[in-house]
Amino acid sequence: MSLQQSVLRGASSLVAGVLFGVGLAVAQMTDPAKVLGFLDVTGAWDASLLLVLGGAVVFSAAVFGWVLHQPAPVLDEHFHLPKSAAIDARLISGAAIFGVGWGIAGYCPGPAIASLGFANSEALWLLPALLVGAALQRWIDQFDHPRAAWQTTSLDV
Amino acid sequence: MNNFTPVSALVGGVLIGLSASLLLWVNGRIAGVSGVLGGLLPPRAGEQTWRLLFLAGLVLGAGGYLALTGTPAPIRQGFPVPLLLLAGFLTGFGTTRANGCTSGHGVCGLARLSLRSLAATVTFPGVAMVTTYVLRHVAGVGA
Repeated sequence: MSLQQSVLRGASSLVAGVLFGVGLAVAQMTDPAKVLGFLDVTGAWDASLLLVLGGAVVFSAAVFGWVLHQPAPVLDEHFHLPKSAAIDARLISGAAIFGVGWGIAGYCPGPAIASLGFANSEALWLLPALLVGAALQRWIDQFDHPRAAWQTTSLDV
Repeated sequence: MNNFTPVSALVGGVLIGLSASLLLWVNGRIAGVSGVLGGLLPPRAGEQTWRLLFLAGLVLGAGGYLALTGTPAPIRQGFPVPLLLLAGFLTGFGTTRANGCTSGHGVCGLARLSLRSLAATVTFPGVAMVTTYVLRHVAGVGA
């Protein structure tokens, strides 16, 4: 890969990250109170998060349909897509454990990282703990699912 | 529904969709934040730069938007630190186990019409809703 390609690749990652961060901020998804307002269905329920997700999914689905019919991405030799299609106990238990974490504090990983942009001290507690949790699952995987952990995870979603 | 903000929610959602579309079209990568971050944990040559730049953009984009528009930062006061630590730990463990979070499964997975991502995206908000209910209305924390 040429130097020019590397630079363009990095620039495109940065721009994608900025767009994501602006999107989260515009939609107030960096506000855990707003997120918990959606998760608290018995309170003054705030459906905004559904429209954030819906808007993102519908837009992406329309573009992905076209993108994934291209022979390759603009700056790589192939698309790096998740290999697993399995709906298994690992997926559901993982999603459920994540759900408990999300429901406690109102942060999923994107907003937690984005909120470093306004020096949110909550993120300074939450993010190191998040990394410890992620590292622990990877460590366990070394024994249980060596293939799952070290081969599919890096390219997975 | 007194806090419902449909317009900013849709605009923000489309921006997130634009981000995911750009990263897939140009770089061939899935814009799943837990996956982008997780890929930094075991060092892999040649895969670090785009991940770090994407995450830096996430921070700059959110912080820059608030600063440039003069929007007050959403800072919550007095939320218990032990709960932040527990929430972070479970989120890191769970998203690694499920290979994705709200962005990877919720946005990109659903946009790829993945049934696996649909199963995850039904599960984690459902469990989160029960958790929030128990914490706020049974235990009386943070309501």
